[in-house]
Amino acid sequence: MDAEAAKLIGAGLACSALIGAGIGIGNIFGSFLQGALRNPSAADGERGTMFIGFALAEATGLFGLLIAFIILFL
Amino acid sequence: MAANGDHNPLTQFEVKSIVDASIGGFDISFTNASAFMVLVVIGVTLFVGGGVRRPAMVPGRWQSMVEMAYEFIGKMLYDSAGVEGRRYFPFVFTLFMFVLFANLIGMIPYSFTVTSHIIVTFALAALVFVGVTVIGIAKNGLKFLKLFAPSGVHWGMLLLLVPIEILSYMIRPITLSVRLFANMMAGHTIMKVVAGFVVPLGLFGIAPIAFLVALTGLEIIVAVLQAYVFAVLTCIYLNDALHPAH
Repeated sequence: MDAEAAKLIGAGLACSALIGAGIGIGNIFGSFLQGALRNPSAADGERGTMFIGFALAEATGLFGLLIAFIILFL
Repeated sequence: MAANGDHNPLTQFEVKSIVDASIGGFDISFTNASAFMVLVVIGVTLFVGGGVRRPAMVPGRWQSMVEMAYEFIGKMLYDSAGVEGRRYFPFVFTLFMFVLFANLIGMIPYSFTVTSHIIVTFALAALVFVGVTVIGIAKNGLKFLKLFAPSGVHWGMLLLLVPIEILSYMIRPITLSVRLFANMMAGHTIMKVVAGFVVPLGLFGIAPIAFLVALTGLEIIVAVLQAYVFAVLTCIYLNDALHPAH
């Protein structure tokens, strides 16, 4: 296998970080909805925390994407 | 990448020189990145300055937008860093407004996203990191080191915990900058990639257009959210520096 092909495969593998990000984001919104439907009056106060969690979980997936870009272009 | 020339989704991040200049071998050209940074600063100044130019007891639309931004950051800082954090409000507010405007101006088609370049976000994050560390040491002296040793932990456990805490502290500027940069860059790249599907699909191109509309909405949310996350994390780091014993 030449280096170019290995690079492309590596970049594809690096994108598997999105598996974890997907699980994390789904978990955050799912858990929020579960809690919000049980106690709707407390939901509004926690919306900000939920979005921070969403942003943090999304960022971990993007770290993987970043690695893919580094492999491809550097 | 199979795409070439203007259709490459990464050409939008290219830094082009507008006015060439160099001093002592350093390239200090005025680039499109510098131009948009100037634009961001002008935008923030006009927004905040214009809002409070004729302050009224009952605020108008513009003034209440500025006041909302002010109170939002003020409350966030107070919630996470307490009363002592109030002194650093101007810094956090400036940081938030700069990142917010840079992200939002980047959403305008054919513009340039300043925050999609790691060097810009890393400079901001390094400023936060160094500033917070200096504040922490100046305020607490050697007690600042308590930050790395959680209280009420058995000493055997500390052998394991202290290196982890130090590592997680040292990696902060990297995570802080990469988070913002990766979000911005990935978002803009995805939009360009999806936009590349529109014309080749012919009549079915309507599907990527619809997706693109939704994606633009999501990207605007992300732009605001990432500015917020950047500011919130700065506040949390500031809290760590002001109250190191946890």
